[in-house]
Amino acid sequence: MKLIYFAWVRERIGKSEEDVELPAEVTTVAELLAWLKSRGEEYENALQHARSIRVAINQEHVDHGEKIGGAREIALFPPMTGG
Amino acid sequence: MLGVVTPKISIQTQDFDVAAEIVALTAGRADIGAVVTFSGLCRDEGEVLTALELEHYPGMAEGEIGRIAAEAVNRWPLQGVTVIHRHGRIAPGQNIVLVVTASTHRQAAFEAADFLMDYLKSRAPFWKKEHRADGSEGGWVDAKDSDEQAATRWR
Repeated sequence: MKLIYFAWVRERIGKSEEDVELPAEVTTVAELLAWLKSRGEEYENALQHARSIRVAINQEHVDHGEKIGGAREIALFPPMTGG
Repeated sequence: MLGVVTPKISIQTQDFDVAAEIVALTAGRADIGAVVTFSGLCRDEGEVLTALELEHYPGMAEGEIGRIAAEAVNRWPLQGVTVIHRHGRIAPGQNIVLVVTASTHRQAAFEAADFLMDYLKSRAPFWKKEHRADGSEGGWVDAKDSDEQAATRWR
């Protein structure tokens, strides 16, 4: 599965995207965030306030309770500041 | 004439011409009675900034703005919608975003433009980073609760 990061999430993790193999027990967005936080200090730092992280699956906004089965692309980013 | 309105959406680095975009919506037709435009500019209070850097999510930016524009077309009797959002490095005083709405009467055009901007602010995947005049790292602009609140009034 492809993970994509933007803005300060990208800067803190230190990469703009990566391919990951998710463990079978990771089935929701919230579980994905918790699993990523366990992968190292840079992830812990980027995702420490997990509730403020916005998530898109296949380029559409989702809540943290969303199932991630069937996702090709999951993006993690801060609250948006466009316009 | 009631037809299906196809919003014009562009995510681009180059500047836009507000007058030309109005002409593009209205040329050759006489059924439009109201055009509302909103332009958002890069603002610098106190000569602190040299530029804003706008990062975006290619693909999703077009898709999300398309969904927002489609909702506006469903909710108001519009005859035309244009949304242009720039990305990349933008200096103070330069344009960032343009919304143009056209309708028979002004109320629909005003309301739809207001709705589009509220939703663009809280849902379009763009992020602003400051570049400061003193060379220091300005950091990422924080999202405002007031922008999030503004979008809730349309539910």
